Amino acid sequence: MSQTMTEQAMSSSVATAFASAVPALEVRGVNKSFGALQVARDVNLTLERGARRALIGPNGAGKTSLVNLITGVLKPSSGQVLLGGEDITSWSSAKRARRGLARTFQINQLFRGLSVLENVCLAIGERRGESYNLWRPAGSKAAVIDEALDHLNSLRLVDDALRLVRELPYGRQRLVEIAIALAQRPKVLLLDEPAAGVPSSESHLILDVVASLDPDIAILIIEHDMDVVFRFAQSITVLVAGAVLTEGSPQEILADERVRAVYLGQEADRSHG
Amino acid sequence: MPQYANIAVSILFDGLAYAMFLFIVSVGLSVTMGLMGFVNLAHGAFAMAGGYFVVSLTTQLGVPFVPALLISSVMIALISVVFERLLYTRLYKAGELDQVLLTIGLAFMAIATFTYFYGPIPKSVPLPSWLEGQVNLGFRAFPTYRAFLIGVGVFLIAVLWYTFERTNIGAKIRAAVDNRRMAQSVGINVDLLFTATFAVGSGLAALGGGLAIQLFGLNPSFAVVYLVLFLIVVAVGGLGSMKGTLVAALVLGVFDTAGKYLLPDAGGFFIYAITLLILLVKPAGLYGREQ
Amino acid sequence: MAESNKAMSPNMTPNVTSSASPAAPAGSTTVQAARARAMEFMANRHRFRAWELLPWLVAFAAFFIFPDRMTFGSQVLIMVLFALSLDLILGYAGIVTLGHAAFFGLGAYTVALGAARLDWNEPISGLFAAAIVAGLGGLISGWFLLRYRGLTLLMLTLATGIMLMELGNYRSDISGGYDGVPGISFKPLFGVFDYDLYGRTNYLYVLVVLFVIFLLVRRIVYSPFGQTLTGIRENVRRMHAIGSPVHTRLVTAYTIAAAIAGVAGALFAQTNSYATLTVFDFDTSAKVMVMLVLGGTGRLYGAFVGAVIYMVLEDHLSKMSPAFWQFGIGLLLVVTVLFLRRGILGLFEDVAAKLFTRKAKS
Repeated sequence: MSQTMTEQAMSSSVATAFASAVPALEVRGVNKSFGALQVARDVNLTLERGARRALIGPNGAGKTSLVNLITGVLKPSSGQVLLGGEDITSWSSAKRARRGLARTFQINQLFRGLSVLENVCLAIGERRGESYNLWRPAGSKAAVIDEALDHLNSLRLVDDALRLVRELPYGRQRLVEIAIALAQRPKVLLLDEPAAGVPSSESHLILDVVASLDPDIAILIIEHDMDVVFRFAQSITVLVAGAVLTEGSPQEILADERVRAVYLGQEADRSHG
Repeated sequence: MPQYANIAVSILFDGLAYAMFLFIVSVGLSVTMGLMGFVNLAHGAFAMAGGYFVVSLTTQLGVPFVPALLISSVMIALISVVFERLLYTRLYKAGELDQVLLTIGLAFMAIATFTYFYGPIPKSVPLPSWLEGQVNLGFRAFPTYRAFLIGVGVFLIAVLWYTFERTNIGAKIRAAVDNRRMAQSVGINVDLLFTATFAVGSGLAALGGGLAIQLFGLNPSFAVVYLVLFLIVVAVGGLGSMKGTLVAALVLGVFDTAGKYLLPDAGGFFIYAITLLILLVKPAGLYGREQ
Repeated sequence: MAESNKAMSPNMTPNVTSSASPAAPAGSTTVQAARARAMEFMANRHRFRAWELLPWLVAFAAFFIFPDRMTFGSQVLIMVLFALSLDLILGYAGIVTLGHAAFFGLGAYTVALGAARLDWNEPISGLFAAAIVAGLGGLISGWFLLRYRGLTLLMLTLATGIMLMELGNYRSDISGGYDGVPGISFKPLFGVFDYDLYGRTNYLYVLVVLFVIFLLVRRIVYSPFGQTLTGIRENVRRMHAIGSPVHTRLVTAYTIAAAIAGVAGALFAQTNSYATLTVFDFDTSAKVMVMLVLGGTGRLYGAFVGAVIYMVLEDHLSKMSPAFWQFGIGLLLVVTVLFLRRGILGLFEDVAAKLFTRKAKS
């Protein structure tokens, strides 16, 4: 069943999709401003298939705005976003999601009054195009439930499957965010601080989960914890004031004086606040 | 003066008087909605209550009309603070459905209370002689009361404009409408600011209610019948924008009057159609902030 | 770099990979048990429960207990149907509208004008016509209006309702204006069951229509489509992010709700043999919302409880004094919002939950 979805998703770019040279996601010269505040300045960013890239930068650098620009929550003032070589700049965020672009939110965006299982089933239902059905009882398809349990199992959420999301501790809720994103069977996954707000004793589990995700998925992770970034990422993009300061391998970024200057400034700020 | 020009001047004049009434009542609603995002369907009830206070003050206590207007406004402003502190403040973070239901409930209770004490029959108010009859402006005569209403409206616009644009308080209100969290973080006490604005807005509504008696008569259903118009003025003008409220009041006041002059059967059809069109094109209103 | 590699917790990682690998626990008993529990849980959500018979038994019993109050009874059932239609969009999809009366009015005027001007007075085909006209109204207005939220949506729905009323007033030569459509009568049901003085035929007619539509709505609410409506209510941003075409879903729900409200309006016009422009009134929209919230939103039976309580209270209190009734309903609203936010049924659930846990503890 995943096969048909993948084919469908690629149908409009069959020719290009087979060329492995085509990046999974490409951001080309994107600009965005709110009045005088420019949150993205000529941003270029490429995710190859299976990439593990971290997006770092001080608070207010425009990291979440960039995720919103990629997912279509915000429309860029200029520039393009390409998914598997196809220009998706004018698409709605829902259409982008249906074509394999999934994200998690920095602050949980869950169906708090529904069970964990239903949260995941909703995403599976939308992906499989079964949510237009007005007649069949929801949850009567064993295949959907089996798949949902698979995702929950891989995140060790099976025991919580029937609990309401709002009854879970925040750290478990963060895992539900990821479970929903996985249920979309994404080709590109944007993780916006997956361990934000979670005590460090629990954040390990989340980050281990992230580390063990399907190697075919191209992942962009926003993360503040430098240990995590250097452990997880093959490449790093540094965003400062809406513009890409530099990008490169972890070693290159670690050695970069400008990055160090930005972060030292940041540390100084923090100690004041 | 040729016939059509005469009609046009009448429409403009009556429309302007009507617009001033709409503005006076709606401006407080607009600013409070802009500040707190609170949907207050009981705003018309404050206007209605203000009107009845004027009726009682003039007919039972013999207070002259203009002082009665002022006393009534101050009383309603004070009473509104009680409601705001006791009830409204509990629902600032709630959804719009809760706010709609609470304030519809309050409006119903107000209508019932005033029906019980004053009866359902429309009331009128005794005017001083200097407000009756016609006033000659050189090229033709106009009803004195409407001229007075326009005068009051222009005066209030000037005062509010000065307060809003030139004083410290006004700057704080504008900052809080623009971004409440930012305003709070720079030390503006938004709660206090809101209570004060709410009181002034309710007082202005009461003033508008008092001024409207002579135009439309006053019965308890005033609270709901005109509420729709106030809400439309606020929505079309844009939440929290004084300029928007004024422009919307003028557009709707003049169009409604023109519609009723020229096509009496069509009644209020036009302003609702115009409202729909404006909101479909500019959902945040003419001068509202796009989300 | 070497350091950060070491930091990777050695005992956690293998754990995750083993449980994530597809081969591992497919046949294990725990997963089997979890699967069984999940299937059972999902099936339980939409299973008919014994207490669901209760409202229908009550409605049927009322037919024998109050044989002379059947005209009033029909009006109660019509309001239940109207509130049920609102529950679909307000309770499930979370759309706050102040203009739902527009569709009730469209339905009422479809059958009233059909009977008065076109001699179309067969009642059941009239219901279908009303559903189609009101549904079209919902489809067209919903397509435009449901892009907006908050105050803008409130104003747009409010203005739409009032505009229809003003339009009817403008063309009072057709609509009969506020005096109502004159001289309506309807053919006997199926050409056989004629209307009696006490409205007994009408009562059973309305009850059957309500039952059929209720089954329909129940089915929709528990379908995957119904689940997405709940999803939209719970978190619309997440719905966009999982690829849900939110606008299409909302318009679909709005159209269905409008069609059902149209049927309620048609039943109103048929059972009363009249229709006036006041059906489009803001009061009508407010009234149905009050009923639903009073009973409890998003739970189907809230419409039953709320409409019955509202109508019975109104019947008793407004006989004493209309002002008294209006004060009562206002107070009821304020109390509901402040203390009974989940409605009367929600209160029952809370009380039942408390009793249950106490029993379990002791």
